[in-house]
Amino acid sequence: MGEEAIIKKFMYVNRKSPYGTIYALESLEVVLISAAFDQDVSLTFTDDGVYQLMKNQKTEGIGMKNFSSTYSALGDYEIKKIYIDKESLEERGLSISDLQELVWEDEDEDYAEKSSINLVSRDELSEIMNQQDIVMSF
Amino acid sequence: MSMLHTVNKSPFENSSISSCLAMCTNDSSVLFIEDGVISVMKSTKFSDLIMDSLSKYKIYALKPDLEARGLSLDNVIDGVEIVGYDEFVDLTTEHDSVQSWL
Amino acid sequence: MKLGILINEGPYQHQASDTALQFVKSAIKKGHEIYRVFFYNDGVNNATRFATPPQDDRNITKEWSALAIEHNIDMVVCVAAAQRRGILDKGEAERNGKDSDNIEEGFRISGLGQLVEAGIQADRLITFGD
Repeated sequence: MGEEAIIKKFMYVNRKSPYGTIYALESLEVVLISAAFDQDVSLTFTDDGVYQLMKNQKTEGIGMKNFSSTYSALGDYEIKKIYIDKESLEERGLSISDLQELVWEDEDEDYAEKSSINLVSRDELSEIMNQQDIVMSF
Repeated sequence: MSMLHTVNKSPFENSSISSCLAMCTNDSSVLFIEDGVISVMKSTKFSDLIMDSLSKYKIYALKPDLEARGLSLDNVIDGVEIVGYDEFVDLTTEHDSVQSWL
Repeated sequence: MKLGILINEGPYQHQASDTALQFVKSAIKKGHEIYRVFFYNDGVNNATRFATPPQDDRNITKEWSALAIEHNIDMVVCVAAAQRRGILDKGEAERNGKDSDNIEEGFRISGLGQLVEAGIQADRLITFGD
């Protein structure tokens, strides 16, 4: 005890659409930093947070930086547990094909690309959320 | 693991309350703070939702926030426990983790 | 218990910082240790000593500062969020060629890693925001 590294389950819950407020961008900044701490990190996209992963974001017209491509780098940071609330998608008339594909490379299988995305029901998400040590909501 | 959920939005403003309740399990508790305390008043269109939830989870509301808004403690739905900041701290330490539905 | 506090909204606009202040006061009174208070998003605006609210209103920045000094609380302002919003300590002001710093005593500017570390080291992390 004492010298053992602490590994906690961290979940970042994203519930807001991008650009209207800064929460999506600054949440992503925390997530990328947290990758350096060797913790068990997961991301959840629920409610309007599912809009953060929409394909084809074009921000030239609003004069803001488009940060949507940063999500595709999550796999390189070893962040490969992405949970998307299926009901939030359905409520908004969206399907998984409207969202970016997020992948990670499995070193043990010759760097095969694997999907990081887990489409989950609210019951499944509830179960996963309740196992977390730290939940940060943005 | 037990989780304390805090909700700080009026149910008339956004859907935090339904998102929160969808994530609750048997050992969850919900604490309404700030504008969230509007949720626990009798005779609103959300009262039935709160009353149904009371059979499943413990529900708390922060007294200073009720008082500040002129909300009568007598009009809080029966079964909702009215607490102060000290109990807010206790709820935080008694549960394994805290999720704030912002 | 060791408690970590995350504040994501600025003062006055939203109740978050007031609620957090009351929570922290209660936690200290009950004998808990505040491992760290981390200010993020618009929460970094809690750290400016340039705020001058009317005399009959509370001065949230001063209250945090006094509490931190009295109880030796580590109050950290996220550097990236602070730079965006013009919250600077002496070093940051010099580095960025600004004519003044504006951080209140008791606050310090550091990286987001301090938030993740608070999550790891504290027994609980509680978020106050909008």
